Amino acid sequence: MKQQIVQNVGELPTYGFGPRSGPWWGAMSFMALEGMGFAIAVGAYLYLYAVNPTWPIGASPPDLWPGSVETTLYLLSIIPNQYTNRVARRHNLRKVRVCLIIMSLIGIVLLVLRGFEFAHLNTRWDNSAYGSVVWLILSLHTTHLATDLGDTIVLTVLMFTSHAKPRRFSDVTDNVFYWNFVVLAWLPLYILLDWVPRL
Amino acid sequence: MTLVTQHKELRDDVLDGLQLSTRLDRIWRTPSGLIGALTSVDHKVIGRRYILTAFVFLFLGGALALLMRVQLAGAEKHVLSADLYNQVFTMHGSTMMFLFAVPVMEAFAVYLVPLMVGTRNIAFPRLNAFSYWMFLFGGCFLWISFIFNVGPDVGWFAYVPLSNLQFTPSKRADVWAQMITFTEVAALAVAVEIVVTVFKLRAPGMTLDRIPIFVWSMLVTSFLVMFAMPSIMIASTSLILDRLVNTHFFDPAAGGHVLLWQHLFWFFGHPEVYIIFLPATGMASMILATFARRPVIGYPVIVLSLIATGFLSFGLWVHHMFVTGLPQLGAALFTANSMLIAVPSGLQIFCWLATLWDGRPVYRTPLLFVLGFIVVFVIGGLSGVMVASVPIDTQVHDTYFVVAHFHYVLIGGAVFPLIGAVYYWFPKISGRMLSERLGRWNFWLAFVGFNVAFFPMHFLGLMGMPRRVYTYIPDMGWDRLNLLSSCGAALFAVSFILLIANVVVSARRGALAGDNPWDASTLEWATTSPPPSYNFDRIPAVDHRDPLWSDTESIRVVAGLSAERREVLLTSLAEADPQVREASPEPSIWPLLTALATTVFFIGSIFTPWAVLWGTPPMAVALIGWFWPTGSREDEE
Repeated sequence: MKQQIVQNVGELPTYGFGPRSGPWWGAMSFMALEGMGFAIAVGAYLYLYAVNPTWPIGASPPDLWPGSVETTLYLLSIIPNQYTNRVARRHNLRKVRVCLIIMSLIGIVLLVLRGFEFAHLNTRWDNSAYGSVVWLILSLHTTHLATDLGDTIVLTVLMFTSHAKPRRFSDVTDNVFYWNFVVLAWLPLYILLDWVPRL
Repeated sequence: MTLVTQHKELRDDVLDGLQLSTRLDRIWRTPSGLIGALTSVDHKVIGRRYILTAFVFLFLGGALALLMRVQLAGAEKHVLSADLYNQVFTMHGSTMMFLFAVPVMEAFAVYLVPLMVGTRNIAFPRLNAFSYWMFLFGGCFLWISFIFNVGPDVGWFAYVPLSNLQFTPSKRADVWAQMITFTEVAALAVAVEIVVTVFKLRAPGMTLDRIPIFVWSMLVTSFLVMFAMPSIMIASTSLILDRLVNTHFFDPAAGGHVLLWQHLFWFFGHPEVYIIFLPATGMASMILATFARRPVIGYPVIVLSLIATGFLSFGLWVHHMFVTGLPQLGAALFTANSMLIAVPSGLQIFCWLATLWDGRPVYRTPLLFVLGFIVVFVIGGLSGVMVASVPIDTQVHDTYFVVAHFHYVLIGGAVFPLIGAVYYWFPKISGRMLSERLGRWNFWLAFVGFNVAFFPMHFLGLMGMPRRVYTYIPDMGWDRLNLLSSCGAALFAVSFILLIANVVVSARRGALAGDNPWDASTLEWATTSPPPSYNFDRIPAVDHRDPLWSDTESIRVVAGLSAERREVLLTSLAEADPQVREASPEPSIWPLLTALATTVFFIGSIFTPWAVLWGTPPMAVALIGWFWPTGSREDEE
């Protein structure tokens, strides 16, 4: 068939930020399905909560401090995270490097705190259905925390190599975006795990 | 944000004809040889593999069905032992649902969607490769386990407490649960790819109301996958944890609840039906338009029906649980919803009938299968409305009436249009036509065989024959209908043998197809058959819902993409305005290595929880290898 050229797209950029880029939508899709995973896990918790006359079963509620300290740190982490987003969009390599190091450190601290949280759940996975579902939910979120941390560290290293080309700034903003999801997903889980057993 | 290029890049606006296609082929071609095969990220190569593998599983699952029909052909037969029969029906259901029906629809989408939206490769091609390997390894894992007598025997739904450690102390239930994890990872990956391909890789000008209906159906299906499959992953993970590390999700003695399993399973299980059915309706719409020689009547109605069906499909799951003693109000609500979902499906059927009525139908094999689909599916839909009602459901629950119903819905609603789709798109994929004569035999054998096999099951169910029994006594009076059903099954099997024969013979000796043998209207027919590695030498620009019918002389294209490296054009979500020229990944071995590492992790974790610890580092290494830039030009802009 004869071709008729109606437009030249040669001047378009080779990468974009946010909804203009493909990976952003990929991250969005994964957040949607992982968010659904959290929702289902929360549903399972509430189901077991509803069918059991006592809750928590055979245990005292989790100690509040690890979860609360984590929540505070999560909320505060949004500030450097958003700042990372801003400097990445401005292609400021030096500041991006510093920000990514800070975000990696925050992730490590949170991961350590998460260890304390497991230790202060006051139940084990094999104690009761309550213990099982609490460990499931916390593990599910920890998987997200750990993978995002891994991703951030790899990206940090990458930005110190010769691969730190302009399009990588778009990757940095996607990483920022995903971290917001990890934070956002945590907030209802904190209320569920730490406060619902106290109702 | 515009990039400062170091040198003047060669673009497709200064090249033409053979010069352009030679260059593009050099960039996009999958390297030959074994390494090329293992590293390919071409959606067509992977799509073909996916389709072929899914069909192999169809034939394996079909062979099991025949075994069951031989066993049940008369009373008190001893072809299969009770234990083997349990494995066989579980393997049949699991294979058909998880290794055939869902993957085959996604497989067709992997092949067709990028062509239909007019782009060069699927979004996230390496994820696509990874998805295929996971699917393959998961399927092999299930079948190898079966060969070693560790095939699951707890039904494709693996209800607790039967699947608990107490009642299934062997590894059989673990194999089932982990096969789920494999296939769901694969399905979720494809769903994400399809969503992003449809959202961002559409040809310029392909606004939302110009998207081909099959693509719409796959978009809705992908969202269903994304929101339904996490539920089964949580369920199967919980089950395996109960069995492996002594958690108590489903253990009533420690506060767990067996119905929690059913809720989690069916919250996935019901949308699953629509995950299989919606793509098939999309195929039917495409085939109907081509052979009715006019665009489908009611495009907006069909698209909105697809979306409505998607939403409603999440509000039906409890109708699988009517006999579990749930509150009446809940049952009433789910009855109402189950009947409601018949409305959008009915609307689609009316649109198709209107299209046929107003068109000049050409009765070729693909259309025959679509007509067969309409007839069979309507019968299945009618028995569906019957079992949506609690009193009827209570009577026929777990009888052959239900077996008849869902085979009418699934084979009628998915396999018939799928075989039609094979006849329709085979010329595009292979470059050759399937034999029309064999095709007609294929259709009529399938249509008659299917109905003879499954219609008697309605009566058997009403006569009280329960599902999943390995035999029955002569006094029940079920022999004749069962024998009839088994004869039908044999006939139905012959129709598939004809299909294989047709494919094998035609792939070598079929008539050459040319670009657009059916004179169809959508973009996949605007390129050669089979399509070149780069799909289109220039990206089409669309200004009509049926671009190849609106202008039969020429095709509008955009130019300016690179002729030196893999590049695709990203467009805006609603209006499909060009936004970005984005790099598309090169072949890579890392998706395969990641899939292998994940396989070791998944299978290891059936045997020891420590696999989670030692299985993670290899996966992490493989993933880093995957994402680390290779230094090739598309990584470095």
